[in-house]
Amino acid sequence: MPNYFLDNPDILYHFDRLDLSQSGQSWKEVVELTEENFSQAGKFGYAPVNYEDAMENYRKVLEVVGDIAANYIAPRASDIDEEGALFKDGKVTYAKGTREALDMLSKAELMGMILPREYGGLNFPTTIYMMAVEMISRAEASLMNLFGLQDIGKTIAQFADDKQKEEFLPGFSTGKYTGAMALTEPDAGSDLQAVKLSAYQDEKGNWFLRGVKRFITNGNGQVLLVLARTEPGTKDARGLSMFACYGDETIKVRRIEHKLGIHGSPTCELQFNDTPAQLIGARRFGLLKYVIYLMNRARVGIGAQSLGIAQQAYEEALKYAKAREQFGKPIYNLPVISNMLIDMRVALEANRSLFYSTCVWLDKKEKYDELVDKLKAMKKPFLEENEKLKEASKIVTLLTPMTKYLLSESANKISYDALQIHGGTGYMKEFSVERLTRDARITNIYEGTSQMQVVAAAGGVINNVLGDYFDACEKKEYKGSLIKLLDSLKEIREMFNECLKYIKDKKDTNLQDIASKDLVEMYAYIYIGFLLLNEANTSTGQTGGDQRKVFTARRYILDALAKARKNSESIKNELYSDVLHADTILI
Amino acid sequence: MGIHSIVMVKQVPDTANISGQVMKEDGTVNRAKLPAIFNHEDRVALEFALSLKDKYGGRVTVITMGPPRASDVLRECLFMGADDAVLISDRKFAGADTLATSYVLSEAIKKIGKYDFVFAGRQAIDGDTAQVGPQTAEKLNIPQITYAEEILDVTESSVRIKRKIDGGYEILESTLPVLITVIKDAAFPRPFKAKRIMAYKNAKTLIELEKLTEGNSLLYIDQLKDEYISKKLYIQTLTMDDLKLDEERCGVHGSPTKVHRIESVVLAGGSHEMIEPSKAGIAYLIDKLMEDHILG
Repeated sequence: MPNYFLDNPDILYHFDRLDLSQSGQSWKEVVELTEENFSQAGKFGYAPVNYEDAMENYRKVLEVVGDIAANYIAPRASDIDEEGALFKDGKVTYAKGTREALDMLSKAELMGMILPREYGGLNFPTTIYMMAVEMISRAEASLMNLFGLQDIGKTIAQFADDKQKEEFLPGFSTGKYTGAMALTEPDAGSDLQAVKLSAYQDEKGNWFLRGVKRFITNGNGQVLLVLARTEPGTKDARGLSMFACYGDETIKVRRIEHKLGIHGSPTCELQFNDTPAQLIGARRFGLLKYVIYLMNRARVGIGAQSLGIAQQAYEEALKYAKAREQFGKPIYNLPVISNMLIDMRVALEANRSLFYSTCVWLDKKEKYDELVDKLKAMKKPFLEENEKLKEASKIVTLLTPMTKYLLSESANKISYDALQIHGGTGYMKEFSVERLTRDARITNIYEGTSQMQVVAAAGGVINNVLGDYFDACEKKEYKGSLIKLLDSLKEIREMFNECLKYIKDKKDTNLQDIASKDLVEMYAYIYIGFLLLNEANTSTGQTGGDQRKVFTARRYILDALAKARKNSESIKNELYSDVLHADTILI
Repeated sequence: MGIHSIVMVKQVPDTANISGQVMKEDGTVNRAKLPAIFNHEDRVALEFALSLKDKYGGRVTVITMGPPRASDVLRECLFMGADDAVLISDRKFAGADTLATSYVLSEAIKKIGKYDFVFAGRQAIDGDTAQVGPQTAEKLNIPQITYAEEILDVTESSVRIKRKIDGGYEILESTLPVLITVIKDAAFPRPFKAKRIMAYKNAKTLIELEKLTEGNSLLYIDQLKDEYISKKLYIQTLTMDDLKLDEERCGVHGSPTKVHRIESVVLAGGSHEMIEPSKAGIAYLIDKLMEDHILG
């Protein structure tokens, strides 16, 4: 029986390496903080008693996810795509396969993986949850949009009061509730500050929502988190608050969209007609604090979805290349094809290294956030913890959009190439690579377009927040052929520094905006390059070491060097100066 | 009303994933090279029992007869939702055919006590005999319904079952207790439950606890057993002596079935014969097929 966890050596590789410090973060610490030093063991029979026990729990549960994904969900993917979510008489119905998959995941107690045990959850770190999201996405990309909505419960767990948690969270844990995040409106997409949907109070202080939301994934869900304007007359983020409400009869689903891909996930237009709602957290912090929290997590989730789609596209391409014979041999044996496959495989593994590094930093940031709050409440010193929190925050703020940008673009490229390897048959519905290509296309659009991700990552890049990590990496000892690769990374770093200086000196905001993409990419090459170099370094030397990781590092870094030269040339040769003449060019 | 079901499960070699090294040169099976899995139809049988419990309340006990490592399937039963698990294991059970196996299982079931249903898969994928269920029912002196597809309804003292037959189905009614064997497609077994996995992953049989004490002089088996019982992590373990069985009816001694010879049959397309599409040709073809015992 196939298993998306046990059959994927690269996920296992990352799972087994979680406790090896990759970029200064300590996984063991994350687990200890998540488990509050294993103090819940007496209270819940399934809580771990120590670190090893926790890791065994994670592994065993991920095995079940891998089993359900490969053997139950994946065989339904094609039908779900064909049938899609249905809208009839004002009601949304999931495709049969979607319903069955959700039922199976609920029975396996996997719908509250990151929620506290008090409310029926498993209390897993986000990193482990994301491994599950990656596998589910690989099986059926649009199911991620439901399974991956556990972040909505998580946001409630984080910011709601105890009574609200008691009310909403157990339903999320059992799978009785699925959620939706209702943020986007017809005139507020990338610019969420412009949200208009209004929240008002009656004389007793009860809140009601009135207005329209658009492009709401799973807008038909049972519990919705809604961003609404509570301060009439305001125009910016400071007038927005966050609400939770039930998807009852006061919310009218006006229509669902007909989409290129992810057919199983209904995208709804919603009309709120005086919908009773509860304020979550503090007024006026809706966008500034809670939605940012939710969005950042959702962006990491899209990273996992991108990775899952890319993995499956690669698998399909590899299988096809080995089976398809032309010119008297499998096309796999044609260097042009195997070269494409290597590019795909290397991109996939580079993505996964970046991804799980981002996840661990996110876990660390959130756990320190909670710890500092706790220490403050107990009136204990928290300076040291606060320093760690600040560092993790800066890094997560950079890595999250960088990861979302690179992984979603890469999923498109990998599925594009996978279809190309299939040739004409890949264009037909008979092979799943056509579906994967369509499903991938949303990943670099929703939860913030690639262009928005670059803007979000630019600050951290300009402030060189990973500088210390790079310095530390440069001082390490590398073996054999890896020394030359280290030199290449140093060269990229120099190019990056020169470009950054060039742009700063220019003091041209237009150039800064356009060149951000080149700078963010160069910075990512350095970071991912070091991650892969260190993986290769720890993989060589041991008997039967992982030679693959050495090849992976080599191809990634040499390719990155060539690309970085292109990025650098574009900036320094003033490639973009003609944007001032856009009106002349764009006829 | 509370139903007590006993489910007979078996760990079997994964015959769907056979590698080149599985057959030894002499044509016998190299079991060590075969991964062991939970016999699928037994998993469906457990699903039947658990669904009854969901509906009417009660308890589900799973039992298996097998080598010490068969505890793996018992833990998997606990992951799915079984309340109690029992391993019946003894070197003297080795080499048992269906007669000896059903003797041991029926005695174990009698020892477990009062029950309403005994469930089993129709057959195991290693032996493919489909005899253990029916033989166990005979020895327990209770009615049996084989090839069950669906439980239609249950009362305090009876059950109605939809049963698969050639070309259709029939509906049978039986008094309780009853033994039921189920077919593969009767239900989709529920998945392992995350919380139960974490809770029961350390459940151990007596044999496994003894292993723990072997390397550690500070551990005493009785204390350890009590500790596991109090943590609800003990898998009851029964031997021939515990069940006070007649040794002559167990294992090889109690098994009249003797394997005459095992042959490694390599199927290869070789010769073929053209038969004319005429009346005479058809008659010839029928004769040929009857000769090979394919027809008749």
